[in-house]
Amino acid sequence: MSGTVGRADRANAMEDLRHVGRPEVRIDGLDKVTGAAVFVDDLDFGPDLLHAAVVESPHAHARIVSIDTAAAATVPGVVKVVTGDDFPFTFGLYMQDRQVFARDVVRFVGEQVAAVIARDPRTAREAARLVRVEYQERRAVFDPLEALAPEAPLLHPGLGDYPHVPWFFPEPDSNVAHRRRTVRGDLEAGFAAADVVLEDTYRVPRYAHCAIEPHVVVARQDHAGRLTVWSASQSPYTQRHVFAQALEPLGLSHQDIRVVTPYVGGGFGGKAGVSMEILGAVLATAVRGHPVKLRWTREQEFYNTYQRQGLVARLKVGARRDGTITALEHRLFFDAGAYVEYGANVVNAAGLSATGPYRIPAVSLESVCVYTNLPPGGPYRGFGYSEFTFGLEAHMTRLARAIGMDPVEFRRRNAIVEGDLLPYGAHMNPSGLHEAIDKVAAAIAWGEEEAPQEPGRKVGKGLALFWKAPAMPPNASSASFLKFNEDGSVNVTVSGMELGQGYLTVMAQVVAEVLAVPPDKIRVETPDTDRNPYEWQTVASHVTWSCGNAVRAAALEARDKIFQVVHAAHGLEEGSLYLEDECVRCDTDPDFSLPLRDFVVAGIETPDGTYRGGPIVGSGMFMPEFSSTHSDPATGQGGHPNVHYTVGAAGVVLEVDPETGKMVVRKAALAVDVGKALNPALVEGQMTGGLLQGLATVLYEDMRFDEAGRLLNPNFTDYKIPTAHDIPDEVVPIIVEVPQPDGPFGARGMGEHTMIAAAPMVADAVEEAVGIRFTTMPITAERVALAVARREEPDKWVST
Amino acid sequence: MGHRITLRVNRERWDLDLDPAETLLEVLRGRVGVKSPKVGCERGDCGSCTVLLNGQTVRSCLVLGVEADGAEITTLEGIGADGLAPVQRSFLEHNSFQCGFCAPGVVLSAVELLAEHPHPTRHQVQEAIAGNLCRCTGYEPIIQAVLAAGEEP
Repeated sequence: MSGTVGRADRANAMEDLRHVGRPEVRIDGLDKVTGAAVFVDDLDFGPDLLHAAVVESPHAHARIVSIDTAAAATVPGVVKVVTGDDFPFTFGLYMQDRQVFARDVVRFVGEQVAAVIARDPRTAREAARLVRVEYQERRAVFDPLEALAPEAPLLHPGLGDYPHVPWFFPEPDSNVAHRRRTVRGDLEAGFAAADVVLEDTYRVPRYAHCAIEPHVVVARQDHAGRLTVWSASQSPYTQRHVFAQALEPLGLSHQDIRVVTPYVGGGFGGKAGVSMEILGAVLATAVRGHPVKLRWTREQEFYNTYQRQGLVARLKVGARRDGTITALEHRLFFDAGAYVEYGANVVNAAGLSATGPYRIPAVSLESVCVYTNLPPGGPYRGFGYSEFTFGLEAHMTRLARAIGMDPVEFRRRNAIVEGDLLPYGAHMNPSGLHEAIDKVAAAIAWGEEEAPQEPGRKVGKGLALFWKAPAMPPNASSASFLKFNEDGSVNVTVSGMELGQGYLTVMAQVVAEVLAVPPDKIRVETPDTDRNPYEWQTVASHVTWSCGNAVRAAALEARDKIFQVVHAAHGLEEGSLYLEDECVRCDTDPDFSLPLRDFVVAGIETPDGTYRGGPIVGSGMFMPEFSSTHSDPATGQGGHPNVHYTVGAAGVVLEVDPETGKMVVRKAALAVDVGKALNPALVEGQMTGGLLQGLATVLYEDMRFDEAGRLLNPNFTDYKIPTAHDIPDEVVPIIVEVPQPDGPFGARGMGEHTMIAAAPMVADAVEEAVGIRFTTMPITAERVALAVARREEPDKWVST
Repeated sequence: MGHRITLRVNRERWDLDLDPAETLLEVLRGRVGVKSPKVGCERGDCGSCTVLLNGQTVRSCLVLGVEADGAEITTLEGIGADGLAPVQRSFLEHNSFQCGFCAPGVVLSAVELLAEHPHPTRHQVQEAIAGNLCRCTGYEPIIQAVLAAGEEP
């Protein structure tokens, strides 16, 4: 490099980072540790605040014959009672198959059919019980395979008329809302070339996100007609867009709607898109001038928000004795629930990627989104990948054993590398998958026997791979504004959401790196669609990558303006200037050092008393301009639907008590190729937390419905999420860094990936410990104990 | 109908007329305006409404406001009123929360534990916070923070 180091070179010098790559303290830390952090439920709205309660369907499938609101309307304190006749609006993110209130037909237990608005929450709830709804029950269907049968009840006769994104293929007059096919290579030849072909069916139940903060929305349409919605949401801009679409009949457009999202008490996908928030938006229009609040109870949180969809997966994989996978056929039947406006895209994502991170010459993926009379399925951390990886990784281990090869060696041989063909025909991005495999295998001492810590117990180990790409529309984008303050501090506005992952802190670190201002002098604001620029949604583990690029662009623009001002005032070449320690410095003049706070608002005074410059601001945006969903519907070939994949591996050492079934995770190791860990402490935080959430899906949790479609465990007593007692003895987080070429400082997303491999690795460890292969989740202590006692394989499903 | 009670919240005296059905959580959030105790499940499962009542943790959703007559209530706002407590600093340093919704309750459970056991064992920490559900962190960073706070002189 020459003597004058240009500023572009400095920005790209990966080895000389001062703020990125360091475990900086969270910038939201003080708010959260002092109680200053404000969540939607904490906002005060004064004496005209009204409260809403909804009337819910007790039936899984029924025709609404009549609704009588008279008794409820006369209760003192009730302001208004509304039904679907007042708001006959449809909505939905990717497919408009939902109505604000059910009209004519209810399709799941708990679906809202009416609402009461009252002066206090108790009155609203009590009056809601007085609304009389007469139903005519219909036959319901809860299993996706049964829903595919010709005699199954049809849930959506209007399916053919629902507006939807161009990459969905609904099949009218059936319960198939979408079918994604991805086909490449000669499947028959692939299976013919295999020495062993293994077929089985895997089942995954539904799961609940269980963010500790329930969904809550407050909305007010003021007397000038403007609608403001305060919501606990991952998706302020997407909410505004969906509200604008749904409320278009009322004459409202984007400019009339403002969505404000303060801190969110956990999301995990459950607060993406629009679910109950649409109720707040429409109810506000019924009582103009009043703010209206609706907060879900914990029970409603379980049965009337998105749930992780159930899955029946039929998998067939062939391999040669040398360990080469020759062909894979994966048929995924998702129990998508009553409405699939968001969930169909989970199905789509799985249908693009259900090979897992393997190089396979012949592939046939078929992912089917099936309507059932259970609550709407939707996004959940992992977005389809957790669901299919349970069976896929189990299968890889079983196939390896069938050909007499070590399962880890089998994975090494077939693991995808940069440049390999993806299922849909594009090429794999840079990947540290093999490094991840090796490090996890070492961390759990793969291949070495370990004695149990208590006599009578058995030890088993498991190792699984994973991959995941952001599932986004091809034009999903991010934007950022930033401004300097008089003291040289910076405000950054973005519309990604701080869900706890540390997004605000990482954005501050990116700005800090470019502008040489420490992160604790950078304030990053939570979204307000009137003030903060666009962000698609905080989902898909994409904001570090996408919004990080936007924020970096905004900071670079501000930096260029700073250099222009200094050039104008002092005559120094812009190319010789650089930022360091909150000052502008110069390669050619070592004595020059101008503090930012001296001029970033006030400008620079020149000898004649005039000033140069003025308030420094910056803006930036990012959109992946190479992404496209255009492809052949029959084969999925031809497009570039996924921007890139993040890959990794996880392993477990599990100790099982065969008598009680009790399982203790002695050690869990997780390696993710994050490209570049912008904040390693936050990355490790995601790993530790996500790993436990994944372990919980296999060891503790599942949603149980009765034969009428009623959820039996809608609370934390019966749906047991882990406590501080239910954690691994040791977690080993392993950061792998093979840079993502188009990521900010090489970073790619990793939040969701942390839970994907947990279930299959536990299933493998249980098999090694007690000799039983579970093909259905969860694998609870009860199921293990019963299976051991009966000495039988618990999941030998009769093929349907 | 109203029941008159007097209680102290974070060392301030409050005289209130309560509906007997109001929970302490509703009183704190709605009458006093202290917002760190959160509404999470309203049935004592999640611990996000945890406060100290005369130094002992309670789930304020399961205590009636009238039962708190004469009590000294401490919420997270009261812990850091005179500067961050060691356990708060430790939580910051150990990245012990993510979304922060459970943090007010978790910190108070830790405060109670450290008052009784200034140098707790790992198991004691796990036991102390087992009633506070956290979906984000996997608990390990919380345990590390409380252990570290207990090691301070």
